[in-house]
Amino acid sequence: MAERSFASEVEKLRLGAGERFHGEGILAVTKALLQAGVAYVGGYQGSPISHLMDVFADANSLLEELGVHFESSASEASAAAMLAASVNYPLRGAVAWKSVVGTNVASDALSNVASGGVTGGTLVIVGEDYGEGSSIMQERTHAFAMKSQMWLLDPRPSHRLIVDLVERAFELSEASNTPVLFELRVRGCHQTGSFIARDNKRPPMTVGEAAANPRRDLDRIVLPPANFLHETEKVEKRWPAAIDFIRRHALNERFGANRSDVGIIVQGGLFNSLNRALELVGLSDAFGNASLPLYVLNVTYPLIPDEVERFCAGKKAVLLLEEGQPEFIEHELNTIVRRADLQTRIVGKELLPRAGEYVAAVILDGVSAFLRKWAPDIAPTEESRDEPALAPALVPARPAGLCTGCPERPVFSAMKLLQKEMGDFHVSADIGCHLFSILPPFHIGNTTMGYGLGTAGASAFKPGDRRAIAIMGDGGFWHNGLTSGIGNAVFNGDDNLTVIIDNGYSAATGGQDLLSSRADNRIRRTKHPIERAVRGIGVSSVSTITRTYDVAGMRDALRRALTSKEKGPKVLIAQSECQLNRQRRVKPATARAIREGRRVVRERFGVDPDTCTGDHSCIRLSGCPSLTIRPNPDPLRDDPIAHVDNSCVGCGVCGEVSHAAVLCPSFYKADITINPTAADRMKARIRRFVIGLWQRRSARALAARAF
Amino acid sequence: MVSRDPRRERITIAILALGGQGGGVLADWIVALAQQEGFVVQATSVPGVAQRTGSTVYYVELLPADAAESREPVLALMPAPGDVDIVIASELMEAGRAILRGFATDRTVLIGSTHRVYSISEKSALGDGRASSERILEAAKTRCARFIGFDMEEIASRAGSVISSVMFGALAASGALPFPRNAFEKAIRSGGKGVEASLAAFAAGFEAADAAPQAARTERTALEPTTPAGAALADRIARQLPAPAQGVAREGARRLMEYQDRRYAELYLDRLDSVLAVDSASGAWRLTTAAAKYLALWMSYEDVIRVADLKVRESRFERVREEVRAPHGAILELTEYMHPRPQEICEMLPASLGRRLRGSRRAQRLLGRLFSKGRHVRTTSLSWFFVLAFLASLRSIRPRTLRYVVEQQRIDEWLALARSAAAAGRYEAALELVECQRLIKGYGDTHERGLASYRTIVEHWPALQARVDAAASLRRLREAALADEDGRELSEALRLIAA
Repeated sequence: MAERSFASEVEKLRLGAGERFHGEGILAVTKALLQAGVAYVGGYQGSPISHLMDVFADANSLLEELGVHFESSASEASAAAMLAASVNYPLRGAVAWKSVVGTNVASDALSNVASGGVTGGTLVIVGEDYGEGSSIMQERTHAFAMKSQMWLLDPRPSHRLIVDLVERAFELSEASNTPVLFELRVRGCHQTGSFIARDNKRPPMTVGEAAANPRRDLDRIVLPPANFLHETEKVEKRWPAAIDFIRRHALNERFGANRSDVGIIVQGGLFNSLNRALELVGLSDAFGNASLPLYVLNVTYPLIPDEVERFCAGKKAVLLLEEGQPEFIEHELNTIVRRADLQTRIVGKELLPRAGEYVAAVILDGVSAFLRKWAPDIAPTEESRDEPALAPALVPARPAGLCTGCPERPVFSAMKLLQKEMGDFHVSADIGCHLFSILPPFHIGNTTMGYGLGTAGASAFKPGDRRAIAIMGDGGFWHNGLTSGIGNAVFNGDDNLTVIIDNGYSAATGGQDLLSSRADNRIRRTKHPIERAVRGIGVSSVSTITRTYDVAGMRDALRRALTSKEKGPKVLIAQSECQLNRQRRVKPATARAIREGRRVVRERFGVDPDTCTGDHSCIRLSGCPSLTIRPNPDPLRDDPIAHVDNSCVGCGVCGEVSHAAVLCPSFYKADITINPTAADRMKARIRRFVIGLWQRRSARALAARAF
Repeated sequence: MVSRDPRRERITIAILALGGQGGGVLADWIVALAQQEGFVVQATSVPGVAQRTGSTVYYVELLPADAAESREPVLALMPAPGDVDIVIASELMEAGRAILRGFATDRTVLIGSTHRVYSISEKSALGDGRASSERILEAAKTRCARFIGFDMEEIASRAGSVISSVMFGALAASGALPFPRNAFEKAIRSGGKGVEASLAAFAAGFEAADAAPQAARTERTALEPTTPAGAALADRIARQLPAPAQGVAREGARRLMEYQDRRYAELYLDRLDSVLAVDSASGAWRLTTAAAKYLALWMSYEDVIRVADLKVRESRFERVREEVRAPHGAILELTEYMHPRPQEICEMLPASLGRRLRGSRRAQRLLGRLFSKGRHVRTTSLSWFFVLAFLASLRSIRPRTLRYVVEQQRIDEWLALARSAAAAGRYEAALELVECQRLIKGYGDTHERGLASYRTIVEHWPALQARVDAAASLRRLREAALADEDGRELSEALRLIAA
């Protein structure tokens, strides 16, 4: 993390017993890991768990004091494989990533570690990116828990509970020799709250001590005959051990009154929304004192059959709030109820939507419908919903876009310009900020197959005369793209172009450092150029553009790569620093320089309102947030004119685009010299004098011929 | 939808903000404020990719600590429609979104900035794609318990801070939270970053929220002549043109005198006279009025001379200085992005010479080599300034340039077409033909694209003129031409009309 500091968060990790922690849910989990004596932590950054990775990366001295090993893993697969440390040794380990995508990447190692089983407690903290604000496919991590047999915790959003559950989850993992998935939803990660801290605990055994005393157990390795043994062990030993632990420690909770005819079973993570919905219809209060029984599944896999049976016994119907599909819990509940020969009706997706986030209104509707059918005495009366005051079309959507001054913008501007010349391209997009190219105003990109998979996504195209373009970010490149994309293209003799966006950071996930970052990093090794790696793996046609803002140069480089006679994969590295992170560094430095009276030249762009005719071609080729519109000051014109607002960072793309596209002469660049030197001032004075003479004369002439 | 429980003690707040507007900071302040005032408080959000130019909802719930006693309350993680007491929106369409999503209802105090941050769809339209602010304002005023709306961005920028501070000030002034003003200020101080600037913006927001709603926008004042020549033209306009067209015609005359000279403005009025001859009071003189506007725009077509003229003016230098907020004592240098093409060079030459050069392959090759690249023109340097000043001075020979000859011919053809339509009793269609000028704007490729669309539509006029829906068809075609850049919509509209 070159440009951001998490010092204040690190301080929170140092809180001792009895002190109150205030902060976000994901940071509470971070602290809980240290309190549980974790020996090693790894993971891959991504919303909503980036914070855990970032804070640990800044907490190096604390972790060293405690003897905790922390790694910024190369990928989720690397992180999951790291859990191997807990197979033979009583080391508590935790890894974290964005799910479901990260779990996909990690699943090979996860299957292995889940098969052989663990000795030390292992926790996989998954940030479930589902619902509002999500940027990934809408799937459930639940399926992974089931197929690999890992326990899945979905805690009720309460810091106190979550912190306790982290400790319990390690114990559960140890008691059942099974890795535990600790699922946190986006809102839960960002939820603020507090709990009373405990002292951090040094791991009883450190990774160093384990490595110094190797142990080996052939039965833990996934190879015949042990692999068959593992499956039996899962069913006969680990499963019952987990059921027993969960029951004994009451990991699932009961709320509400004992009503005999109906009840609600809810995933822990949805509990607060359910309670609010009940409160709104007068069936609960701010402390969860519902007027009907609630069974809260803080453990959503496995279910505890006798707890379920006890809850359902005698009830006519039980509503299940289970977000996402397929409805695994509903299937399992029905099986349990059937096997126990209970006559309780499990009501789930028949009244609740099969797909989509269970937001407050959805839960409210589902609960109301359930009660009207099964408990009319307490059901809320049906109220007609007010007509919305506005039609949706009146409020324009705001698709995500590249930041002001983003160095990736000119790459896509150049591609758009080239498309005008050469016709449309097939573009295989990748994961990262650059994926916003598929949205307006660029509309570039046909598919996206996963992180680092841009090049692989184009590999079926063996072009005759028209090359496909693949995009890859530096994050995806190091995650796996070097081998799965570039290496694959070399080996299979592809003839496509890969554009690698090398902005110096894993930008989309928060600006973490990478192998190829240009920044110094105290605890990581950076400055490994992508070009060397690409050449090393066998690509000969590589070029690097070190200033992407040169739109015409970018366009020409793309054209060259697309039309060159040479066969084989082509790589174009578009290298300019992520502006968001650059500004984090440059802004305070500039402000300091100005304060200290040093000469500073600030650049920004503008549009002359009297030459702009309001066609907005410039906006369609750029989409920069600082390039916007404003009412046309010209009384005869109606269309709004382009306008550069004060958030402009002076990257110059708008001017370069208008140059390259031969758009219009309205853009200007203003160089503002603050704290000018005597020579600057002298030159400026001469110019001002001469130009001023001419300008005043011509202003008089203009006034004379005015209306 | 939900009636408020009288025993309900919690306060719910939704903040709708765009990435970079400090919605998270505002939520943090509210959390700090509530904690310091003895409330149990919880905030959450779903930032993710929304941080990049998207809109984000932050949600905060507060509960008095005495109500909580020592128990841990269960606070919600997302706003329920109809259940939000206070909505703070950082921009007008975000206020609209709060209404649309059912957060801002008749129980809600809606605190919203009335400024606009245009979405990409609004910005990238070929014409005017802006959403209607009036509709949102009206809904905010009529559908919410209270609406506190003003331009918070403007106030923030004047106070040298960000909008979150102003919104916090407006929240304090609204009285919707049971805390005194100094408690809010204490919360800002406890944040520790940029405290002084935040406090200044907070105070400005507090006062603005307290003040009466903004005065209505002032109407544009009528244009008064400043020279004898101007007075003579104003007099002619007043005598010859019908009242509805006079205001626009004065604006047009002013523009063309400044663009070229008095003679050119007179040509403009002569042309208007010819349109007036086929217009009538029964059409409320709409044809003449429209022609007054579009004719002035066409006659002041953008050529190299015009651009150079506008770029070197003293008033422009001053405007830029203000716009880029150059601090006092700073030196400002300007660079223009100009890309004159061989075509434009030929067009600024006298007509016969220009035509000859345009026809000569050798000359084109030479010009092509000279003008293949865009130029970074440093207007504030003496050498470039006088190059531009020289080009601006070519105004005196403009009437002899190739471009002038070409444009006048196009204008005459256009007006003749509109006149003949009007004379044939197709008044509405004539009006639509006049309005087609709107398609022609910009420079270079943009200009060529617009002109091509214009020509396509005008060429279809003979086929359309017999139809009863000729005017509607023209309008549809014009709108289609403004729908996309590559003319797909226009071709589709032409196909539908022909079918």
